[in-house]
Formats: sequence, structure tokens, C-alpha cells
Amino acid sequence: MDNKKLTLISRIKDSDIYFSFIKSPTAILSTVILVIIFFCSFFVELVTPYNPFDPSSLSLMDAFTPPSWTENGLSKFILGTDGQGRDMLSTILYGSRISLIVGFSAVIFALVLGVGLGLSAGYFGGKYEMIVMRLTDVQLTVPSILMALLVDGIARGIISREMHDEMAIYVLIFAIGISEWPQFARVSRAATLVEKNKDYVSASTIIGVSNIIIMFKHILPNIMRPVLVIGTIGLALAIIAEATLSFLGVGVPPTTPSLGTLIRLGNDFLFSGEWWITFFPAIFLVLLAFSINLLGDWMRDTLNPKLN
Amino acid sequence: MLVVAFVSFSLFNFVGDPINNMVGEETSDAERTELRETLGLTDPIYIQFTRFVGNASKGNFGISYQLKRPVSELISERLPATIELVLVSALIALISGTLLGVYTGINRKGYLSDIILAISLLGVSLPTFVIGILFIYLFAVILGVLPSFGRGEVVSLGYWTTGFLTLSGLKAIILPSVTLSLFQMTYIIRLVRAEMMEILQTDYIKFARARGIKEKSIHYKHALKNGLIPVITIAGINIGTLIAFSIITETVFQWPGMGFLFIQAVQFVDIPIMSAYLVFIAFVFVMINFIVDILYYFIDPRIRVKAEAVSG
Amino acid sequence: MSFLKINNLSVNYEMRRETVYAAKKVNINVEKGEILGLVGESGSGKSTVGNAIINLIDEPGKVSGGSIILDGTNIYENPENILKLRGNKIGLIFQDPQTSLNPILTIGEQLIETIQTHLKLNKEEAKNKAINLLKEVGIKDADVRFDNYPHQFSGGMRQRVVISLALCCEPELLIADEPTTALDVSIQSQILDLIKRLTKERNLAVILITHDMGVISETTNRVAVMKNGDLVEIGPTKEILTNPKEIYTKALVSSVPPTNKKINRFKIIEKENKTQSETNIKILNRWTKKEIIDQDLVEVKNLSKTFDDNFFTESSKNSVMAVDGVSFSIKEGESFGLVGESGSGKSTIAKMIVNLYSPSAGDINFDNVCITNITNNKEMMKFRKQIQMIFQDPYSSLNGRLKVKDIITEPIKLHNPSISSQEIDNYIYDLLESVELTQQSAERYPHEFSGGQRQRISIARALATQPRLLVCDEPTSALDVSIQAQILNLLKDLQEQLNLTILFISHDLPVVRQMCDRIAVLKNGKLCEISKTEELFKNPSHDYTKELLTLMPKIESIYN
Repeated sequence: MDNKKLTLISRIKDSDIYFSFIKSPTAILSTVILVIIFFCSFFVELVTPYNPFDPSSLSLMDAFTPPSWTENGLSKFILGTDGQGRDMLSTILYGSRISLIVGFSAVIFALVLGVGLGLSAGYFGGKYEMIVMRLTDVQLTVPSILMALLVDGIARGIISREMHDEMAIYVLIFAIGISEWPQFARVSRAATLVEKNKDYVSASTIIGVSNIIIMFKHILPNIMRPVLVIGTIGLALAIIAEATLSFLGVGVPPTTPSLGTLIRLGNDFLFSGEWWITFFPAIFLVLLAFSINLLGDWMRDTLNPKLN
Repeated sequence: MLVVAFVSFSLFNFVGDPINNMVGEETSDAERTELRETLGLTDPIYIQFTRFVGNASKGNFGISYQLKRPVSELISERLPATIELVLVSALIALISGTLLGVYTGINRKGYLSDIILAISLLGVSLPTFVIGILFIYLFAVILGVLPSFGRGEVVSLGYWTTGFLTLSGLKAIILPSVTLSLFQMTYIIRLVRAEMMEILQTDYIKFARARGIKEKSIHYKHALKNGLIPVITIAGINIGTLIAFSIITETVFQWPGMGFLFIQAVQFVDIPIMSAYLVFIAFVFVMINFIVDILYYFIDPRIRVKAEAVSG
Repeated sequence: MSFLKINNLSVNYEMRRETVYAAKKVNINVEKGEILGLVGESGSGKSTVGNAIINLIDEPGKVSGGSIILDGTNIYENPENILKLRGNKIGLIFQDPQTSLNPILTIGEQLIETIQTHLKLNKEEAKNKAINLLKEVGIKDADVRFDNYPHQFSGGMRQRVVISLALCCEPELLIADEPTTALDVSIQSQILDLIKRLTKERNLAVILITHDMGVISETTNRVAVMKNGDLVEIGPTKEILTNPKEIYTKALVSSVPPTNKKINRFKIIEKENKTQSETNIKILNRWTKKEIIDQDLVEVKNLSKTFDDNFFTESSKNSVMAVDGVSFSIKEGESFGLVGESGSGKSTIAKMIVNLYSPSAGDINFDNVCITNITNNKEMMKFRKQIQMIFQDPYSSLNGRLKVKDIITEPIKLHNPSISSQEIDNYIYDLLESVELTQQSAERYPHEFSGGQRQRISIARALATQPRLLVCDEPTSALDVSIQAQILNLLKDLQEQLNLTILFISHDLPVVRQMCDRIAVLKNGKLCEISKTEELFKNPSHDYTKELLTLMPKIESIYN
């Protein structure tokens, strides 16, 4: 073994993951796209000159302006405007911010819940494990979109109508998160069962390390790979689920539209020829989900040595 | 099954006050109490629950708050539309998904495989409703060859209404069923592919090669049979998911099925329809799981032997 | 002209960082009717040569030069050639019978398909041939078993089925890649006898790939020794084993534990031929050394452990008695061996002693205190500190996400919370040097070490709590013989200097003979006998012990 310097960076550069990353054009491309989308969405105020939610800046005169490269297009609205004269590009970026916030929060919620339950179920076993896994089985057979609809439906019953628009985004995060946690629970339980039987866990037990520390210090870092893969794919699913729910009219309210809401609103104009109002949000949504999935796909291939 | 029944019952009971949803703001308290009693809402909870289960088993789920018609009637009216849609989609998704998955699993390197994989990844990224809108725009608005909504003409066969027997009915089912199946199909492609790839690397495949067994037999006899085992489970879940996603497709294409009914119910907090739909879905899932278990028994000898050992 | 001629065979694996030369200009000839042993440690390229003959090298390996000529046919001349030869003229047997059969086809279906691929027989004839073949490899009730699925056979029976599949089209060359490594000694000798018998009866040419010098000595006519892709030496087995010419072969032969005598230390012949210095046990001055008094440290009384197959139904029908009423005691400073085949319960006993499992019945006393019923955490920690364990698999026994330093820090800090970080560092360095690792190792991650080095880290971790009892569960069975010799020497040194008590668990009788003062033999969870080591080997009293001793492959058998 040579004595080269073992800095963090050299370790990363030396790792197989880094190597596989720079060898994969799709992984690089999707990362670049995602970085751009994330940046533009979270710093949307810096990127666009318009605030589509400031009524004073809107003019109904600008409504239904087609994209700039078409016949009646205006150069100041690159992707045209919608029925209220809002600039499509800015609206999309604002919408994408909401979609991303909902998506990330839902995935984090599902991840914490799922990994917590899966890890502890796998580690402790017994009746507790049985109950948790039964629960995930039952919920896995109920499709996520139905689960989310159901949660949303119940929330509508409990929360009064006035409160509902305010709460909608939290309900949505909860609904999507609840529908995705079983995936995390299953994956982390399966990984925990494998790790638990490895000798390093026995060694720690024999040394006298407590269960909690074994779970979080020893096992958790070792099961993070599959969890991250599921998390990435789950993010794409969560964004799609959010868009779907909003499209069905049970998601975020039109006052703070997400991508799904925009597509729904634009859908009404599709037959009358204003295709861009629904087309651009849809394309943007697909691009976003596609990039995340590409990255997730690459991660799955790289982090899963079984398939190589 | 009972669990779901209980959940739907709880929905029925504790989520808001159904009376508030049923009647207008101007109804007097007396009228409310009267209605409450006729609905049996003043009885103790366990009596209500037994009555709910009893009624549900007879197919009686009460009266829709919104449409003021018996839920069972509404459901049976809409059921055939959804079942036909889901069935056609399931067939498309399973058959083409398995075929393409096997193809890409065997031919790991090749342009066609790469293209199929890229498309399948795109398919996972395309929300069902976006596909639906796209199809409508393309085939109905621009090309005008296929209808964009409804079931077309239906033929009534006793309790059942079918769209399979008329040309317009067949035409009408193409877009919704393809839309619905696409997401599932891509999912199955990826699953079958991964499964095939894993199996082709096992020792027993290597040993079969070492014995000089022909590649064709290795792919289609040795590998495929093993690879199809998880597909059965997926096919089961797949049908369940299709039913759920039919909610979206039905909304986009205004297909007069149960999903469309359900989404309206959610928007109007129409609890009886929601709970009936839930009970129905739960019933379907239980049936599917049952069938999948039976299929496993026939396909996987390892399970068959275990079962025989237990019974014998 | 030899039946099989391997000329200047080179195989390369183009890896990401470098090209691995798995075989470098290897020349081997094999004649009909002989068994050629191909021996070497892991990474020597012995399996690569076997796979190259049948053209089944795993990606990204490629044959980069040379030729293989089987009975006049050049295998690599034309890609069609090998397709005609596989199964027909060349048979292959893999190591693991659990995974080499297709689980969802009956063995009959797999046999008939193979037979009909190569021979022009109808289904009835193929079936008759298959059943005769199953009888020939020693499967009883062959006509009934014909319709069984692979999982209905035991490991040894499955390997017989694999052999029948490899032989069903009457190949003339049989390549057996570690055919008995996954099997117990008693089954191993049956399978080796079967291969020997078939070689004679059918006049086969056999290449037996193995790492086990005992198997080589008992089975093969000639042997080829490989190292890092090079063919080191080839010749008649007796000559290679008794009078090796190359230094590497000498080292290899001398690190094999002899079965017929006890030696003090293994001779380690390194490349530079330097003599091994005595280990510098730096932790000695930190150690509160226990005086050896003639007293039992561990006392196991009527120990039993039952595993329920299914924990929902507590019926006795499904439960397995893993350990059944075992009693023994270990004296302070003694090294005590626990020997048995797979399923004998030896590891289960170890796990009960270190308190990973709790016994179903019986007691374990440590230093005259019963440790099986301790519920108090503080009390438990006192014993955790005194009993440590070394595991079989060097890859899974270290957490890959932690640096070596953190791995060893954990036990130190846990049992001595007030220790300063400077003091911890010094302690870790002393521990690492005591197991012959450098101080720089502390900053590295486990995956940067080889199997033997990892096992050293494991030992350092176990010693960090200054235990009195060290439980070693097959500590060297995953290692190559030369590494095994080093680790066994290290354990011996440590024991001597630190007055450790060792419970040594192994299936490998020669290794146990070198390591232990007394030995207990286990079978199916029951104790067969306990004797002093030399007495057990010279004068076994139990039938099972006698059987094990006769069946174990002996490298010395070549002298007879």
C-alpha cells in the first residue's frame, strides 16, 4: 500500500462512483439540467423580470400572447402569456418552485418515516416487524395516487373550507409522503436484515455498544445507498403525483399554482388553439421528471453491484 | 377486508358532519335531528358499524350526498366502463411490457434496446394526464381520427353495458387504454429486463452454457421461466394500480367510469361514494392477491413443495 | 500428442485502473485417464484457465494469446468449435451445487434436455440413459428422484446431480472447479471418490481446480501450481509436494498445517526469504496480565439451543435443536478447540458464550458467575469487556463506513469513557503494531486492506477491551493457506504473551491440532468426546471422530 495523501477529495476522485459519473454523459447532462432548474426555481426572483402574482404588473391586454417566435408573439414574453396576461416562463418557474418544494418535503417526510420504521423493524424483528411490514404490504397494494386522494379527501372533510386553501400544500405533502413511505420502509428493512447479520454488528454488540448506536452509527450509513436510489426515483414520483393531484383539482389552489395546476388551467384552452398555455408547463414537468429519473437510473446501476 | 370496511366506516362517521354536507345552510336544527334519526346516526357506534358491514355485504352503501341516488346504483352503472378500460390496458401493458422487457434483457447492447430503454424511462417520467392531453391534442384535435371523450355507443347486455361491440365504442377505448397502460408498461419493461439480466448471470445459466445447451433454450426456457415469477406479483399490483390510475384517465377523457365518479365525490366530500369505492377497491385487491398466490403455487415448484409439506 | 494441450495461454482482464493478467503464457498438457490438479491461492488464475478451456470467461476477461487444442481441435480457431464441444466433449462442475441447477426445472428435465442436445436419442431413451446415470453417480431411487426439483436434494446429492449432468453426454474431459469446497469433509471424500472412480471407468481426462493441498495430495496424479497468473511448477504430485523446486511452492507446502503432528510455529517463507521476527507485542505493558492459576474460566453446563423455524407457531415439529445438552469447561490460559461439520452447533455455542444468543436451557459460567441471566446492563458490560470474538468473514466483520481508527476507538471509549484522545491514539498505534500493522493503517478504510490484514484489524479491535477470553470462530477458513499460517502464528504469540484463554472453533482438523490444547468434537448439536489434542488424533474414542480423522484429506498421504 503506497502512502499517497488521503484527502477527502482524492478519495472522491478515486471512487468508482465518481469514475462512473464522468463516464456517463446522461448522468452529467441530467445533473446539469437539474442544477439549472433548481437554481432558476429557487432564485426565480433573480432570474425573471416578472412577478406573475403581483396583480399590478399584469395587464389583461397581454393575455393569450403566443410564444415570441410565432406570428403574434412579443419578444418580452418568450413563451407567451396565459389567460390573465401572466408571463408563461415566470409562471412556470414559480410553479416549479412549488412543485419542487412539495416534492422534496414529501420525499423527506416519507424517507424519515419509512427509514425509521424499516430500520427499526429490520433490527428488532419479532411482532413489531410483523406489524410494520403488514402495514406496508397493505399500503403498497393501495396505489399511491389513491392513497393521496384519500388523505386529501379526509383532510377536506376535517379542515373547513376557508382554511383549506392555506393548508392545501401541507395536506399535499402529507398525502404524497404517506403514500411513498412503504417503499422506503421495505428497502431499508431488507437492507437492514442483510446488514444486521453481518459480523460487524455482532462485533459491536459483543463490545457492548447499545442498540440505538448500532442502528444509527453502524447500520444506517450502510443502508443509505438503496435508500438514496429510492429517494431519487421517489422525488420524480412525488413531483408527478403532486402535478397529478393538482391537475385533478385536489392539489394546490390556483392562487399559488404548481406545474400541475398550470397544466389543468391551460387544458381548457387547448381546444381553442392556445396550446402553449398547457404545453410549456407540461414539457417543463416532463423534463424535470425525466432528468431526475435519468439520474436515478444511473444511480441504481452504479450503486447496485448486483447488476454489473 | 374488515380493516378496509372499518376505515371506510370511520370515514363515513367521523369525517365532518355528513348532515352539513347534505343539507343547505338554511335547514333548521329540528330538520337536522330528524334526518339524523332516519339515517340512524344517533345509534351507538358498534350498532352503526354492524349495520354498515351488513349493508355493505348486501351491496348497500347508502345514498350519495351529492347526487341523492343510491350509491350501489351509481356504482353498478359505472362499473362496466372502468372494468373494460382496465382490462384492455392491463393486457396491453402486460403483453408488450413483458415482450419488450425480455428483448432488452437478452440483447443488452444494441440500438433497439437503447431506444426502448430511453423511451421507457421517458414513459416513467410522463404523468398519465400529460400523455392523455398529448394524445387528445394529437389524435383528436390535430388529426381528428379518434374521439377525445366518452365511451362511444354502448350495447346493453343485461346488467352489463359494453363498448366492445360497436365501432365507435372500440375507437373510443383506444386512446384512454393506451394512455393508461403506458406508465405500467414501462414499469414492467424495466422490471422484466432487470430480472432477466440478473438471471442470465446466475451459476445455473453458466452451467447450462457449459453443458452446450442452445442459447435459444437458455433464454426462453431456462431464464424466461424464472424471470416471469416476479412478473406475476407485479401483474397483480399492476391491475390494482391501473384501477387507481383510471381515475386520472377517466377524468382526462371524461370516461363515464367509477374513477370519474370518485374524483367528483372527493371534490364534493361525498362520503358514501368514497367509502363504497374504497370497499370495492379493497375487494378487488383481495381477489387479485388470492389469484396471484394461486398462480405462484402452479409456477414455482419451491412453493408447491412447501405447501404440500404443510398439508401432508 | 497430448489429449489437451494448452499453449502459451494468456488471459487479460481490462479493468478500470489497470489490466489484470489472469493467465500469463500458461502451458499445460493433460492426458486421458489422469487427474491433473490445478492449485493456487485466490487470484492465482487457476479458475481462469479452467474457464478458458470451455470459453466461458466472465466479462471483461479476454483470451489475448495462445491456443488450446483438445483432441486435435483448436478451440479458439473458430467460435463454432466450442459450441460443439461444450457438454459433448467437455464437462464442467462448479463449486456451489446450491446455485448450479435451475430451481424451476426438475433434474429429469435438465438431464433430458442436455442429452437430447448432443445425442440423437428419443425421449424414452434419453430418460433411460439419465436414470442409469443417476444410479451411476450414487443416487438411490433414481427413477423417482428423476422428477424431483433441485431444492429437494441435499448439498452432497445435488453435487452428484451436477456431476451426472456434466457427464451425461460422455465427455472425455472433465473440469471440476473446487467441486467439494462447499461440502463437509465426509461428503467431500465421497464426491472425490466418485470422480476418481469415473476417471478410471470412463478413461476421462480430469482437471481438478482447488486450493486444498490435502485434496490434491489424495486425488491427483500430477499437479500444476499457479501464482498471480503464472504457472510456477508442474509435475507428478508426489514430486511437487515432497520435493518442490520453486520457493513459492515450498512456501505453499510448508504453510499447510500438517495432519500427522503438532508443530510449534508455521514456517513462513517470504519472497525475500527473510525470517519472521517474533511479534512485538506493544500492548503488553498496558495489559493487566492475569496469573495463570489452574482454574476454570468458562464452564458450560447442559447447554441447549432450539431455533423455531417459524416463530408464529411454537410447535416443536418445526423447531431445530441446534445445540443439545453440551457441557465442557475451559481453563484459564488454555486454548480449547470446538470441532464439527456444518450444522454441528459449534458456532451457536460460540454465540451463546459471547451472549449474542441466549440459551434455551443450561448455564454458562464465566469466572464462576453465571452470565446467562444477567439483565442489568452495567453488570453485562463487565463481561462484555472480558469476552471478545473474532469472526470468520474478514469482509463482513468490519464496518466499511468507518476508518480503522474509529473501529478500534469504539471499544476503547466505551469501556473507558474518561480516556483522553491523545491516549486513545497511542493505544490504537500500540494495538496496530501488536498485530503487525503500520500506524498509518488507522487513517484508512477497511476496503483498502486484504483479507488477512482485515483479520488483523479484527484482532486489534477484540484486544482493545483487554479481554480474558477470545472466541475465534473459524478465523482463518476464509483465508489462503499462507495467510492462514501468519494469522495462526499471530494468535499463538498473542496468547502466549497475554495469557489469553482461547476458544477456537473450526471444521479444519489439522488447524485445530496446531492451535489447541484440548478438543471437543460435536455432531448435530451433541458432544461426541473431549480429549487432549494429541490423544484425540492418536487414539480417538468416538466413532464419529474416527470417521472424521480417516476422511480428512491428508497432504502426507502422498508419502504412502
